[in-house]
Amino acid sequence: MLFGLFILLACQLVGEIIARGSGLPIPGPVIGIVLLFALLALRGWRRGAASAETGPVAKSADGLLANLGLVFIPAGVGISQHYQLIFDNGSAPVAALIVSTVLTLIVTVAVFRFVSRLLPAKETQP
Amino acid sequence: MTPPNFDLWVYLAASPLLWLTLTIGTFLAAQWVAKRSGYHPVVNPVLITIVVIVPVLRLTNTGYDTYFDGAQFIHFILGPATVAPAVPLYRSRQLVKAKALPIPASPAVGAPFAMLSATGIAILLGAAPAIVLALVPKSVTAGIAVGIAGQIGGEPALTAVLVIATGILGAVIVTPLMNALKITDYAARGFAAGLTSHGIGTARAFRVNSVAGTFAGLAMALNGLATAFLAPLIFGFFS
Repeated sequence: MLFGLFILLACQLVGEIIARGSGLPIPGPVIGIVLLFALLALRGWRRGAASAETGPVAKSADGLLANLGLVFIPAGVGISQHYQLIFDNGSAPVAALIVSTVLTLIVTVAVFRFVSRLLPAKETQP
Repeated sequence: MTPPNFDLWVYLAASPLLWLTLTIGTFLAAQWVAKRSGYHPVVNPVLITIVVIVPVLRLTNTGYDTYFDGAQFIHFILGPATVAPAVPLYRSRQLVKAKALPIPASPAVGAPFAMLSATGIAILLGAAPAIVLALVPKSVTAGIAVGIAGQIGGEPALTAVLVIATGILGAVIVTPLMNALKITDYAARGFAAGLTSHGIGTARAFRVNSVAGTFAGLAMALNGLATAFLAPLIFGFFS
């Protein structure tokens, strides 16, 4: 558990160092994901995929992902400070959020399906 | 002389322990309610927890800063939680390989669309520039969005609130919307949820189906990447 958490934090830390050090507009956690995937692939290659899929890092990540919503609550409670500014702008922010969210869901799923169909029929359906 | 329970309250109300415990406890209760509802999309644990905690802070006259002293320990986990989707991604590497074309294509369209649709509507309806700039990274996971907002001159705290609102909205809407559109490809459904509604959409997707969750986590990371590149190019001239 502790080792798994350490690896997650270390991947994020190295990701932040690379992101800030390089000056590229790549977010640190995105580099962290790539690093963690590479570590898992390395472990899978050396000790078999099952070891990478069920090891301590996988357990810690599963624990975090099972409760993923929790980490957004402190920021979400911040609405108590900002609702005045949001409602001072009338319907604009609320309308923008709702309409844009619905349209983005539709556009993304449409592009994903459209490009999937461009591939030959070998496509694996879950 | 003040009654002893008043002294106790004075201690607790200012201590990180109370607000940290309340946040975790409320979230656990909300998750229990969500489970009892059969994970009905409207019964969103993040939404329930915020709706409970905000009035508690109001009624007890507790400032957000005091609350955040305790809640920051949870807030910190945003970072490792953004890295964690690498694990389900590794488990599904074969399926991800089979979707090698739609995976880069969807954020290439979806990321700019998310930014431009939100800001376009807000501008048309006459929103203040502070709101418009804070809306730019609204579909990106909180930790990354706050950094992007800072770069383009948006207010980070307001951005965080709009990000969470977008997350909850998408997580509530995605299941009925995709069912209405008769989309049965859970990779596509999950990808849309993660791109639009980052980690909160990803949490919802994992509740529906592990394939959906995996693709949501991937979309969350790719949208963070695409928006971090595009937002300064499109909106950088404001700052």
